Amino acid sequence: MVTLRQPDGSYTWKRRTTGQSLALWFGWLLGVAAFVWCWRYISEATTWFFVWDAPRIAGDILERATPPRWSYMDQLWGPIWDTFNIATLGTIAALFMAVPVAFLAARNTTPRMPFFAGAARVFPKVIRDILFVETGDGNFTLSIVRPIALLVIVATRSINSLIWALLLIAIIGPGVFAGIVAISIRSIGFCAKLLYEAIEEISPVQVEAIQATGAGRLQTIIYGIVPQIMPAFAGIAVFRWDINIRESTVLGLVGAGGIGLQLSGSLNTLAWPQVSLILLVILVAVVIGEWVSAKVRGAII
Amino acid sequence: MSDEALHAEPSELDLLIGTSWKKPHFIQRPWLRWGLLIGGLVYLVLAISSVEVNWMRVYEGLDRGAAFIKAFMEPNFVKRAGDIEEGMIESIYMTVTSSAVGILISIPIGLGAARNIAPLPVYLVCRAIISISRALQEIIVAILLVAIFGFGPLAGFLTLSFATIGFLSKLLAEDIESMDRVQAEAVKATGASWWQWIVYSVLPQVKPRLIGLSMYRIDINFRESAILGLVGAGGIGATLNTAFDRYEYDTAAAILIIIIVIVMGLEYLSGIVRAKVQ
Repeated sequence: MVTLRQPDGSYTWKRRTTGQSLALWFGWLLGVAAFVWCWRYISEATTWFFVWDAPRIAGDILERATPPRWSYMDQLWGPIWDTFNIATLGTIAALFMAVPVAFLAARNTTPRMPFFAGAARVFPKVIRDILFVETGDGNFTLSIVRPIALLVIVATRSINSLIWALLLIAIIGPGVFAGIVAISIRSIGFCAKLLYEAIEEISPVQVEAIQATGAGRLQTIIYGIVPQIMPAFAGIAVFRWDINIRESTVLGLVGAGGIGLQLSGSLNTLAWPQVSLILLVILVAVVIGEWVSAKVRGAII
Repeated sequence: MSDEALHAEPSELDLLIGTSWKKPHFIQRPWLRWGLLIGGLVYLVLAISSVEVNWMRVYEGLDRGAAFIKAFMEPNFVKRAGDIEEGMIESIYMTVTSSAVGILISIPIGLGAARNIAPLPVYLVCRAIISISRALQEIIVAILLVAIFGFGPLAGFLTLSFATIGFLSKLLAEDIESMDRVQAEAVKATGASWWQWIVYSVLPQVKPRLIGLSMYRIDINFRESAILGLVGAGGIGATLNTAFDRYEYDTAAAILIIIIVIVMGLEYLSGIVRAKVQ
């Protein structure tokens, strides 16, 4: 924000200097150019004839899909139960694996050893932030397991549960079990990341108080850290369960059990009335999941 | 109930030696605590017994699991380099275009879904759009759009744009609803028009968060673009699926490693951008 002096000696307020305006304009120009470049590729890869025909096709599908085949519901209860189990058991398994990872990834709980400050400063900041933990007095401690825990977190959360399911089906065969394992692996990174951030934010005062009583390492964790992160933990668990309900509804598309299996079967046979019923069921499941999770989180926080 | 326990008359022995401290329970009400515990155990037994696991098949699969881990150690970027490059470029193009369009559309919808700015009819319409977008899984939207628009990255682009709108508008609307009223009133008091009011008082307040969330969404869009190919909506997913089908684990591992590296890079970049704007 600047004030500009006018020829007649008065001042006017302007939001940006000329240089800032130019930089902003140039930034937008670059952005638009990048967008146009990318769009050209997508446009080339598209058969526009189909796109112009799309409203008719959409109307056609809608007409075929209504009304939903309500009698098909009898065959859906089993898959719904499976879907619920994939989400719930997957979340529980994920939490068991995420807790140790989170404790190893949090700067204040990961095992560390003292390190020469001068040598630590040689590393660029990106690497230093991962390898070392800076203590309050400007010294550095080296942690060997923290980078591994961070790698587990980033690897499990960058890969979608559908891809995990594809992989697990190749390894342990199609079915509900592959879905549970896929959901649990995918959830480790998410839960561990949120949990380790919660651990890093705890108050050190309580931990020191427990340590002052002569508590051991495990006792310090149980009495000093766990009570502080328990609300965050419960919130994360319910939050992830809600997301997993959504994800487990589509795992069946690749053969990992649940209602997605029926969806994929109905799509392949072009049974649109069944597809619309399944989509309705999924919608209801997602809304219920979100409602439960909001209620529980409201009760905790 | 717990009050009674706390204020119960201590016995003679307690007075002599003092009562020892007990860790308070996470859930205070005993009936709720025991109900949840027993209900949870019953559910676990029922659920686990309903999961059929073919342990023979799992055992046989362990070899393939080992093969995959081995492939991860020595990924093959070269064998299908052409396919990988093509799929990756498509994924990146889809991410860029859908993020740009999604963010642009989600700003007006976010403004419309904030109760302190929008009139009730606009509010309801915008909230309805957000709910629909959030309730539908990306992959399901992609299936429907592929059926309507045909195979190719256009269906993926539309899917990701639609999903971006639901995600970003909701968080933007929440941010606008919790903004500082004083600045808004000050700008209004200068006689600013509605448009000026939005540009000079509302948007500057939510801009840091909007930029941060947009960066996060770009990251999500890239990750999602990796699976849309499974249903024919373009991107690296198709290449990945083919690699799995051919049991070419080394190529699959190479693709997964590229995805992880790009996601890490995006996360690092968004960290820098967020630190800058805040």
